[in-house]
Amino acid sequence: MRFDKTKAMKLARFAPMALVAAIAATAAVPARAAEEAHALKHVDFSFKGPFGTFDRGQLQRGYKVYVEVCSACHSMDLLAFRNLSQEGGPDFTTDEVRVLAAEFPRQVIDGPDDFGDMFERPGKPSDHFPPPFPNQAAARASNNGAYPPDFSVLAKARHGGADYIYSLLTGYEEPPAHMEVRDGSYYNPYFPGGQLAMAPPLADELVEYTDGAPMTTEQYAKDISAFMMWTAEPKLEERKRIGFQVMIFLVVLAGLLYFTKQKLWRDVDH
Amino acid sequence: MSGHSTIHYKNPVVRWIDTRLPIISMMQTNAMDFPTPKNLNYMWTFGGILTLFLGIQIITGIVLVMHYTPHVDLAFNSVEHIMRDVNYGWLIRYMHANGASFFFIAVYIHIFRGLYYGSYKQPRELLWMIGVVILLCMMATAFMGYVLPWGQMSFWGATVITNLFSAIPLVGTPIVEWLWGGFAVGNPTLNRFFSLHYLLPFVLAALVFLHIWALHVPGNNNPTGVEVKSPKDTIPFHPYYTVKDFFAIIVYLVFFAAFVFYLPNYLGHTDNYIPANPLVTPAHIVPEWYFLPFYAILRAVPDKLGGVIAMFAAIAVLFVLPWLDTSKVKSAKFRPLYRQFFWILVVVCIGLGYLGGKPPEGWYVTASRILTIYYFAHFLVILPMLGIFEKTKPLPASISESVLAKHGGGGATAAAGAASAPENRG
Repeated sequence: MRFDKTKAMKLARFAPMALVAAIAATAAVPARAAEEAHALKHVDFSFKGPFGTFDRGQLQRGYKVYVEVCSACHSMDLLAFRNLSQEGGPDFTTDEVRVLAAEFPRQVIDGPDDFGDMFERPGKPSDHFPPPFPNQAAARASNNGAYPPDFSVLAKARHGGADYIYSLLTGYEEPPAHMEVRDGSYYNPYFPGGQLAMAPPLADELVEYTDGAPMTTEQYAKDISAFMMWTAEPKLEERKRIGFQVMIFLVVLAGLLYFTKQKLWRDVDH
Repeated sequence: MSGHSTIHYKNPVVRWIDTRLPIISMMQTNAMDFPTPKNLNYMWTFGGILTLFLGIQIITGIVLVMHYTPHVDLAFNSVEHIMRDVNYGWLIRYMHANGASFFFIAVYIHIFRGLYYGSYKQPRELLWMIGVVILLCMMATAFMGYVLPWGQMSFWGATVITNLFSAIPLVGTPIVEWLWGGFAVGNPTLNRFFSLHYLLPFVLAALVFLHIWALHVPGNNNPTGVEVKSPKDTIPFHPYYTVKDFFAIIVYLVFFAAFVFYLPNYLGHTDNYIPANPLVTPAHIVPEWYFLPFYAILRAVPDKLGGVIAMFAAIAVLFVLPWLDTSKVKSAKFRPLYRQFFWILVVVCIGLGYLGGKPPEGWYVTASRILTIYYFAHFLVILPMLGIFEKTKPLPASISESVLAKHGGGGATAAAGAASAPENRG
């Protein structure tokens, strides 16, 4: 009788562990098979890690790529030109920002004026980036029915963030033999479904860099990805900086409290 | 809370106030001198942690409301305005969003601590039941809060969850339209969710007050599950537990800060950074992680109404738990079989949470069904049976004795414990 009981208890003790092992083992295999087959390319971005900061030159180049290439179709509604000179960003000077706003490829639509008419004028630092299309229908009409998403927070709206954007931009390739790509679509294994309406937007020597950075598709893709991470998370540097201070404070306070508690409880038999 | 104070204060101002409104003596009795079992472990610090997090959520929430606009066309961008233009807005919002997750982590630990040490048993049944109401209220608040940023998951989560009520026969559709304030999730829905999301935390605060009141009548349970027998078993709450709770709170905040500052979006869904679009359904609609076990139960039942009933029953069963567990012994420390089943239940709940995040297909569904059946079997079959068949270990005569036994000289306790073991009594 006694023997049976201990045996049963031993079994019961192992049951939870067995259950965990069973779940872990069965979960691992099909979960991986169900997900998209393509693992993202990992870029060693400077803003990764607990002490990461943006590379100013990279953000400035990324802005240039956005203006000269992406902005033809993609809006960035939440960004104002003044943001470009904010701390933790591309670090343009306020004078440079004034020029960048005025020289943006599109003018800002303002108004109504005294006669009730809308009018165009050059951008000012306080303006938001002017959108490429007046509305979604116009955007779809010019893009084969597809709607180019707004870039403002896109890096946070996609799994993998900047790595995903980089992988997508450099991931165009010939479709596999069995796949039929729709008219006006392009094969890209990183895109859900594998087909997207955007033609490969980048090519070597497409944008002129003046700081000596290589003018290659890979470099352009890295720079625009970093720039989009910044537009999605403009307070990233401040967040990590304050975070480190908070962590130090909390850990020291916890240590002091621990010894206070030990001293206080020393005489209590608990 | 009641009657006149028996404490005499020397300070005339304090005495003047306290004889008219005994709030000072009430605080002293309930928050300072309150006799607390001296053997509480760190699992008992989560009550304090939870109170702090309710405070964090209310304070950060009130500040967020100053900058947020509850309108379908403006809500998403107003949240981004907080992230970009409001001073430390990113910090306040990330604290609020991650605060909800850490609120739930703490409440789940708090609940499982209650399950392990039998804190729901006589005389604390009502304390436990108020706790279950608090859990429900927290879930409603968190769900409505997640809708407010008006991203894709906000919109589609709201659509899926409110649609559950359409499963109710006859009145289902009218109820759903009444909840929506229209014929689909839209601006009226967002506005009422905003209103209720602001209201419910204060209801929660009132419930927490009742919870603490109901706690302070019988006093704390403790790891032995043996009630306090003499003043020797207790120590005053202050300074002993104020300092211990403070330490535990700071340690918990280290983990909280790690998420707020380094992984602020890890617990959220990327799709919620896409503005809500009623015309585009996300590939997988998943609720926040803290709802996933219940979501798995909902989807495990092939019938819609059945699923909804099962999901609500998963919480309702906790409500009657004090009467489902028939064992006289509280703490799992002295219940060798219950302790095994407790850990199996923990694993089952984590498993359900995992399955809730997976698409409802293939073996995921089968596993969800098995675990759902086990979840209910734990409460409805295993617990009532255990009380009858389990042979519990001898209980210590008192808290003090169990403490003495722990620090050497266990021989005496075994004999005394055997005499006090309730399962051997007629």
